[in-house]
Amino acid sequence: MPFVLRRLLAVAPTVLVVATVTFIALQVIPGDLVVVMLGMDARAEDVARLRQEFGLDRPLVVRYMGWLAGIARGDLGTSVAYREPVARLIAARLPVTVSVAFAAMLVAVALALPLGVVAARRAWSGLDLAVLAGSQLGLAVPTFWLGILLLLWLAAAVPIFPLQGYAPLFRDPLEWSRHLVLPAVALGVDRAAALLRLVRASLLEEMNRDYVRTARGKGLGDGFVVRRHVLRNALIPVLTVAGLQLGYLLAGTIVVEQVFGLPGLGRLLLQAIYARDLVVVQGVVLVVAVMFTLLNLLVDLLYAAVDPRIAYD
Amino acid sequence: MRQRHNLPLLIGATLVCLIAASAVFAPLLTPHDPTAIDPAGRLAPPGGEHPLGTDRLGRDVLSRILYGGRVAVVVGGVAVAIGAGAGVSLGLISGYQAGRLDAVLMRAIDGLMAFPALLLAIMVVAALGPGHIQTMAAVGIVLIPTFARLARAQTLAVRGQEFVHAARALGATDGRIVLTHILPNVAGPLLIQATVAFSGAVLAEASLSYLGLGTQPPVASWGGMLQEARDVLFVGPWMAIWPGVAIALAVLGWNLLGDGLRDMLDPRMRRATRRRAVR
Repeated sequence: MPFVLRRLLAVAPTVLVVATVTFIALQVIPGDLVVVMLGMDARAEDVARLRQEFGLDRPLVVRYMGWLAGIARGDLGTSVAYREPVARLIAARLPVTVSVAFAAMLVAVALALPLGVVAARRAWSGLDLAVLAGSQLGLAVPTFWLGILLLLWLAAAVPIFPLQGYAPLFRDPLEWSRHLVLPAVALGVDRAAALLRLVRASLLEEMNRDYVRTARGKGLGDGFVVRRHVLRNALIPVLTVAGLQLGYLLAGTIVVEQVFGLPGLGRLLLQAIYARDLVVVQGVVLVVAVMFTLLNLLVDLLYAAVDPRIAYD
Repeated sequence: MRQRHNLPLLIGATLVCLIAASAVFAPLLTPHDPTAIDPAGRLAPPGGEHPLGTDRLGRDVLSRILYGGRVAVVVGGVAVAIGAGAGVSLGLISGYQAGRLDAVLMRAIDGLMAFPALLLAIMVVAALGPGHIQTMAAVGIVLIPTFARLARAQTLAVRGQEFVHAARALGATDGRIVLTHILPNVAGPLLIQATVAFSGAVLAEASLSYLGLGTQPPVASWGGMLQEARDVLFVGPWMAIWPGVAIALAVLGWNLLGDGLRDMLDPRMRRATRRRAVR
């Protein structure tokens, strides 16, 4: 079976596992689900009505099958707090989260590539050690703290960056990008720190290969060898990790959205947790986890496409 | 050969010891109760009696940071113990038994790995409710897959070696072989992983507390302090700076300690990279 088809088929069981774990985690919680949602002092008739509305009077297995059937139809249930279909709530907030994650990825790659290359070409020099030390700091600084510092020092001092909020891309692209800069930097710096170490290590590994010695032997300049030969090969593992990072950035936006008041999936998830709106929690967790799984698939497919040496038979 | 200093190990161990010591000796280092409210002294800037200022309830920021270190160390320690305990056990069993049990266990681990770590932690807290005990459980569960994978891979690598065959020939039981022969041989990489996991756990606890899902007020936690600072960001910026410094130093310390241990336990790696780099 061709690799692409095999990989595509492997996604289905993973999505099933993800859906099952999400269902179990939020259905088999300690205590009565409805009492948890409505609070201890809820009226008995409200509890009974909600129990019937959510089908909680039915056996767990029936509810599980119903949940899976709903997912297949794109129906993630109805929110208790918003009284709206969860799928619609998620669809309205998804563009915000995806915008922040992509913008952060852009920041991460834009920082990691040049810094990683410079560090590798001057390996163990003062500059390299400074870049490595900087990356250690970048990994240690929590994204939400960096976000707070950016708000404190940049947004307050430079009025071009808004303190809070979001503007949709298609309504006003300039406003959209202004709102994204600080969240993207806050989220991207940490991933840049991880990526640049990989770029550096990967480049160092490649620079000792025979083909590089041959290229140098032909009298080609260092810069040319790196640009034309080394980078292409060194970036293959970097591409894989960058793709996986995008999945983590989706989760990372949950915290950053809170710092910058962005109305994305993270905000929705947290408000749902505070309001004990577990149907929404379930839906958001499922959507983010499935996106994470699909991104992994995309990375695998891309990996096979960019590196012809890999034979997946 | 000249002995090279292991700088990451040195800096990492120093930072970790400092944070652990300040958490343990917090009552001796500060005269203030971290939860004592003083309405008259609210939002006092750093200096004098309060070297790092006070928060919006007049509580001493330095005391809260020192006591917050206790939460970070305890939550990190317990979470790593849960993650390593469950993960390593599963990994050892999976790697040693192989076969169908291994396949089932690894699929379950894959299922956990299909979630981004923070999302999984948030889901567990959403199910169990907020609080620092729940946070320990959530972060511990998140750490299980990495430990399980690593322990399994290491076990697979040594289970066919002669000392294991010899132990079996001498009549040792499976449990004894795993605990007294395999575990000590795979402990090095697991120790490094535990160190790195500790920094991840500190960061995760801070993130959850910042989101209002982790340690609950009035107990002092670094993430919780940053959340409280959000509303008075421009009036009391010191509230937003020092807890963040504490988190960064703790994470940096554990990361460097992990790097240093890796260099110490696998010196070939570093030397090889250095040698290659010299052209």
